[in-house]
Amino acid sequence: MSVTDTERMKRVGLNGDEAVAYAAKHANVDVVAAYPITPQTIMVEKISEFVYNGELDAEFIAVESEHSALSAAVGASLAGARVFTATASQGLALMYEILYIASAMRTPIVMALGNRAFSAPINIHCSHDDAYAVRDTGWLQFFAENVQEAYDLVLMAFKISESPEVLTPSIVNLDGFILTHCIEPLYIWNERYIQEFLPDRKPVEAIDYRNPKTYGPLALMDYYMLIKRQQYEVVRRARATIDRVFDEYSRWSGRRYRAIKTYMMDDAEYAFVVLGSTAGTMRSMVDKWRGMGRKVGLVSLTLYRPFPEDDLRRILSGVEAIGVMDRSHTYGGPGAQLYQEIASTLYSLDEHPRLLNIIYGLGGKDFGPEDAEAAYKYLMRPDVREVWLGVEG
Amino acid sequence: MIEIRWHGRGGQGVVTSSQLLTKAAIYAGKYAIHIPEFGPERRGAPVRAFTRIDDEDIEIRYNVRNPDIVVVIDPGLVEMKEFITEGLKEDGVIIINRPVDMPISLDGYKVYSVDAYRISIDELGRPIYNTSMIGALLGATKIIPLEYLIKALEERFSGSVLEKNIRAIRRGYEEVRLV
Repeated sequence: MSVTDTERMKRVGLNGDEAVAYAAKHANVDVVAAYPITPQTIMVEKISEFVYNGELDAEFIAVESEHSALSAAVGASLAGARVFTATASQGLALMYEILYIASAMRTPIVMALGNRAFSAPINIHCSHDDAYAVRDTGWLQFFAENVQEAYDLVLMAFKISESPEVLTPSIVNLDGFILTHCIEPLYIWNERYIQEFLPDRKPVEAIDYRNPKTYGPLALMDYYMLIKRQQYEVVRRARATIDRVFDEYSRWSGRRYRAIKTYMMDDAEYAFVVLGSTAGTMRSMVDKWRGMGRKVGLVSLTLYRPFPEDDLRRILSGVEAIGVMDRSHTYGGPGAQLYQEIASTLYSLDEHPRLLNIIYGLGGKDFGPEDAEAAYKYLMRPDVREVWLGVEG
Repeated sequence: MIEIRWHGRGGQGVVTSSQLLTKAAIYAGKYAIHIPEFGPERRGAPVRAFTRIDDEDIEIRYNVRNPDIVVVIDPGLVEMKEFITEGLKEDGVIIINRPVDMPISLDGYKVYSVDAYRISIDELGRPIYNTSMIGALLGATKIIPLEYLIKALEERFSGSVLEKNIRAIRRGYEEVRLV
């Protein structure tokens, strides 16, 4: 792609937080309810600046906690507004009970999550603990690999979430500091053209005082399970809309988006599966290993919920061994979160690839070429099932 | 690809320097990435930041290990030789904040010196070294034309603060010397 501006897109240097703030602005959101937390703070600062300067005609609700932030977001979304929020780690934990309410009440809120480790010990840097902790809440989840993707995914998430057949909130994950505070070149839209892709929200069954309805009523043995089954189907079927919106945005922007990115997987004997910003580092390592004649490939997930299991079965069948990379862990469980999901996904295959769970980068621990080399060496050892990179033994 | 490591202390604008250079490189049509290293954010504690600049898209996302260039913003850190030369490439460049006639022994590297203390006192009235040091970096290495750095600075500052910093940058650019 050329490095010059066009009438439609401008090449700028922004950090991940600023890029997300621009995406919320370009999505022309109506309501933003958010509470600042490192490493998301710049998003909130920048959006409040846009509102204060009159660059964004939105209601910025300066709430007293994340619990209130998401509660306000749910109310505004039910009223028909396009709603954005953002948080990280401890803030997401405080939102937890409202996450289930937002998804079950079918409020198409978009949230940016600057992935950060949970305390204690207190840490402000990247782990995927927070994203994993809310994987069962019924929100769609996307992972950005770089700042451009964080910007683009926020725009796409609004279109996906607000589609009448989906009406489900989305989380766009971007690695704390590694993306939130890293400045990179990216293309942002000239706002004049955004409507071509993302028209104003057309709410379904919005609150209307002249025509009152009940929202969020009690449902016990009569309807609860039925409603949950419906919601389960909605999230499962959202995949079709996600693929359609990804295709549309790819054509519109010239940047290709798909649920899963594969690299050198056609003849791969060994593969790594990864989420987030580490994908680029791993791709450069795959190039190096390929140069040495090693048949290694990489799979990175842009879509995490709904989990793209059918695709993964197809892509990963026939591979000899897979290193599943988790920037998180679980206590006393059979492997970390992504590992468990890949293992479940592959169980129905007749021949199972060998799996290695690679725990890496917790709390922002830097992951470089030497760590990738170590991961590769462990992957060659059939006797190792799990490794904590950098703290082995 | 050019990899740069910045050394300084909390409050000296180490992160800002890396950010400004990254933006300047982007405005110059290059690919660039700024990577801050945030520890406990204490004024006076040693701070590092990293910048990568390339003609092609940069995919890697880890801290710079083997810099081509090290910029030492804080004059006191020059004494911590192992710390500032760690991983520096054999023919690597070090740019230090020190009067140009003051002796220094950093054998095996290409050392450039600029009196950023003098420049910042003259131009800004305060010992804020970072803009003089970015100017010195560009003067010594010519990796990005000065005009793009000034464009990046204009985004961040205005009025007399901008004017003073532009003068500091220009002086750093012109007064830097190979030791």
